[in-house]
Amino acid sequence: MAGGGRAQLRAEKMLLSVEGLVVEYGTGAHRIHAVSDVSFDVRRGETLGLVGESGCGKSTLGRAVLRLFRPKSGKVVFDGTDLAAAGGEQLRRLRRRLQLIFQDPIASLNPRRRVGDIIAEPLIIAGVKDAAERARRVRAVLQAVGLDPDLVLRRRPHEFSGGQCQRISIARALVLEPDLVICDEPVSALDVSIRAQILNLLEDMKARYGLTLIFIAHDLAVVKAVSDRIAVMYLGRLCEIGPAEQVFEHPAHPYTSVLLQAIPLPDPDAALPESAVPGEPPSPIAPPSGCRFRTRCPLARQRCAEEEPAMREIRLGQFVACHFTTGDLATR
Amino acid sequence: MSPQPLLAIEDLSVELATERGPLRAVSGVNLSLAPSRSLGIVGESGSGKTMLSRAVLRLLPANAKVTGAARFEGRDLFLLPREALRRLRGRELAVVFQDPMTSLNPVLSVGGQIAEALREHLGLGPRAAMARAVALLAEVGIPEPERRARQYPHQLSGGMRQRVAIAIALSCEPRLLIADEPTTALDVTVQAQILDLLARERQMRQMAMILITHDLGIVAGRTDEVAVMYAGRIVERAPTRALFKEMRSPYAEALMAAIPKLRAAPHTRLAAIGGAPPDPTRLPRGCAFSPRCRYARERCRAEAPALAGETGDHAYACWFPLPDQSEA
Amino acid sequence: MAALDAVETAAPARRRHGLGVVFWTAVLWLALVFALALLADLLPLADPARQALLARRVPPGAAHLLGTDALGRDILARVIYGARASLGIGLLAPLIATLIGATLGMLAGYFRGAIEILTIGATDVLLAFPPLVLALAIVAYLGQSVPNVIAVLAVLTVPAVTRVARAATLVLRERDFVTAAQALGASPARVLLREILPNVMLPLGAYFLLLVAVIIVAESILSFLGLGVPPPAPSWGSMIAEGRDSLDVAPHIAFIPAGIMFLTVLAFNLVGDTLRAITDPRHAP
Repeated sequence: MAGGGRAQLRAEKMLLSVEGLVVEYGTGAHRIHAVSDVSFDVRRGETLGLVGESGCGKSTLGRAVLRLFRPKSGKVVFDGTDLAAAGGEQLRRLRRRLQLIFQDPIASLNPRRRVGDIIAEPLIIAGVKDAAERARRVRAVLQAVGLDPDLVLRRRPHEFSGGQCQRISIARALVLEPDLVICDEPVSALDVSIRAQILNLLEDMKARYGLTLIFIAHDLAVVKAVSDRIAVMYLGRLCEIGPAEQVFEHPAHPYTSVLLQAIPLPDPDAALPESAVPGEPPSPIAPPSGCRFRTRCPLARQRCAEEEPAMREIRLGQFVACHFTTGDLATR
Repeated sequence: MSPQPLLAIEDLSVELATERGPLRAVSGVNLSLAPSRSLGIVGESGSGKTMLSRAVLRLLPANAKVTGAARFEGRDLFLLPREALRRLRGRELAVVFQDPMTSLNPVLSVGGQIAEALREHLGLGPRAAMARAVALLAEVGIPEPERRARQYPHQLSGGMRQRVAIAIALSCEPRLLIADEPTTALDVTVQAQILDLLARERQMRQMAMILITHDLGIVAGRTDEVAVMYAGRIVERAPTRALFKEMRSPYAEALMAAIPKLRAAPHTRLAAIGGAPPDPTRLPRGCAFSPRCRYARERCRAEAPALAGETGDHAYACWFPLPDQSEA
Repeated sequence: MAALDAVETAAPARRRHGLGVVFWTAVLWLALVFALALLADLLPLADPARQALLARRVPPGAAHLLGTDALGRDILARVIYGARASLGIGLLAPLIATLIGATLGMLAGYFRGAIEILTIGATDVLLAFPPLVLALAIVAYLGQSVPNVIAVLAVLTVPAVTRVARAATLVLRERDFVTAAQALGASPARVLLREILPNVMLPLGAYFLLLVAVIIVAESILSFLGLGVPPPAPSWGSMIAEGRDSLDVAPHIAFIPAGIMFLTVLAFNLVGDTLRAITDPRHAP
């Protein structure tokens, strides 16, 4: 398959390097192509923002990176080890260095357990036998996320608000001091006034623990606030990837432009978002041939249906999978 | 305003009985909407914005205590007998909810649901109603309307279901459309389409609209007037442009500052609002926002400010409105 | 950081429990029946097996509080000792069924695949048999004894429990907190015991009480047909059977045990329903 291409992979040693990842599920006529030949890498200390609308496969990609299920094919190399090949004990040990934060803060915590136990669980699984040591680390991480341990340890999740639950969830992810944290829509389910708190917290935690983040979201403004690099996905494919500021200022892929233009700005004088793209995303069961965005792309030509575009470098560090250059696209 | 307002809400309060005590969802709301104008109501969860719309539509549970009045073309909706209210709802007053999957009947075809509304309110015969339903589906931008009319809600995507919900709402030519978070569950590209559709229909039918949302960006370009709610009260109300150019209530300003901006550079630190929205069963004594307000003073904690304003247009509920915050 | 204030105001949500007069009356009744059954030996009761041919079919009165049956045996004593049989079987059989069914259901729901197919297939086969007919046949074959009755009723109840446990597990395994545990590298055993079981116990616990009610009735039917608790040990079902012949002259012989059983089964149902109503919607986000 012509596929997404590998041009965007960088030469130096990366903390995480994903190559040719393919995730499909279902059978026969209902086979869903959730992720199709996606490649990217993340440098240690970097934050990669992964954006796309529903059905683009970004959440599936995040979970596939964590080996929560077996991808159909592809390599996921974490700090030199291919997770796809690792098994049993080795995988279990590696898991401690990769963590996940979920979208729904309340659902990500076991309603029947106390917060103290929930946060101590990773330590128990990792084999920290000393109870006093565990208690100490739990207290430390709770304080780091801005919660008072004495008020929180013995209570259950349903006694807390969404924002507080998300802090607890973050504490659980950080108690083992992982290297990489995948944040799957961590603020989408929170109130607007709480989102900023949690985003600031994530930035603070990143600095404090020396984390590398993959930040998955559909809200471009949120992603821009925390990311160094941005990757845009559509229907299982990578459209564009590059430094955040650059991608936002000079989007190379038509879909990226469309996404940017559709966002309503809280400014009454700004031009209204144009719904420049008709229709809705096609189903991932039968994605269009060639470039998957062609059915809605204002620039689509014959070539787009016949040939899948491969990733190519359009500007320093910015890669796009599109047959046509940015010359014709308006920017904000 | 000399012509009678289409909708006038006077001192509306809603109190619900819960196990944790009485919950004051809405307190003393005053709003008015002229015919064919649009009003945006912005608030987070717990602000009372949804309860407000349900109160006006009389869709609250039986144990809810509602005081005040909601006058539609002069008639108080709370005093109307059931039959008159039923005739009004759907005909003059229409609603679009957030989740079309639950607001559409899953066992009726979408065409059938639109036709049902037409037969009920306009007395059309079955064939005429179906024909009009198909026409409405086309009007709201659904391709292949004859085929789609025979399909069921689960066979349509989220965006299309919302279009169907809008078609049902518009079918009887209402004078007022209440849209409660109509695009929250949709992707951003589909959101733009739906909002454009609503704007177009409004324009064509000279219909008034109330757009309820948590997103300041949505109301910015699409409403004539905006009301911001917090903890059951309106804290600021103004013509849209005036509100964004000159925010006077600290909450509105804080809300605006806390939103990540597309134009800001990456890693710009966000101006978060500390704390969390208050528990509606345990509202603070004075201004509900005072525990989290940067500018709070003694008076704010002691006494809740009423909604007032210098010019009639721009009203706010704050003892020390901006920009009078500058070092005294 | 200001976030710390947020926690102060979040005091635990206290609920004003209004479980209702009906609920507590049912609980009281059950407590009474249990107490009497447990303490039967210590109470000043007549010997439930002692026949008194001169005092047959005596209606309730001063000498015998609930009267005597066709053989002159004191009904009050028989009802209380009968409670032992009915409650004993009524609790043990569902308990065994729950232990087996919950395990099978959770394994089937969590691992799916072959385990699920086998388990559900087996339960479907069992469910296809008319339960009472199967119970009768097995007891008739194996012999009439209390352990046999318990075993048969337990086995027949396992499919229902398995289905409830599996359904709950299917829902739970998709929840984020289970994924979180898996992402931490927790073994399947740990996930099942620590994450899934505590949440499955809630619906199962409420269901358990409803099962008790059903099993009491089932046991009494078996005893009524002469295939339950072997005589002369009294059981509510056999007492009703014995009272059948005297319905025209001494209806109290059949109606009293029937009434007691009715109230007890009703009480279990009420308590089980209330507990299910409390646990289900509130703890399901």
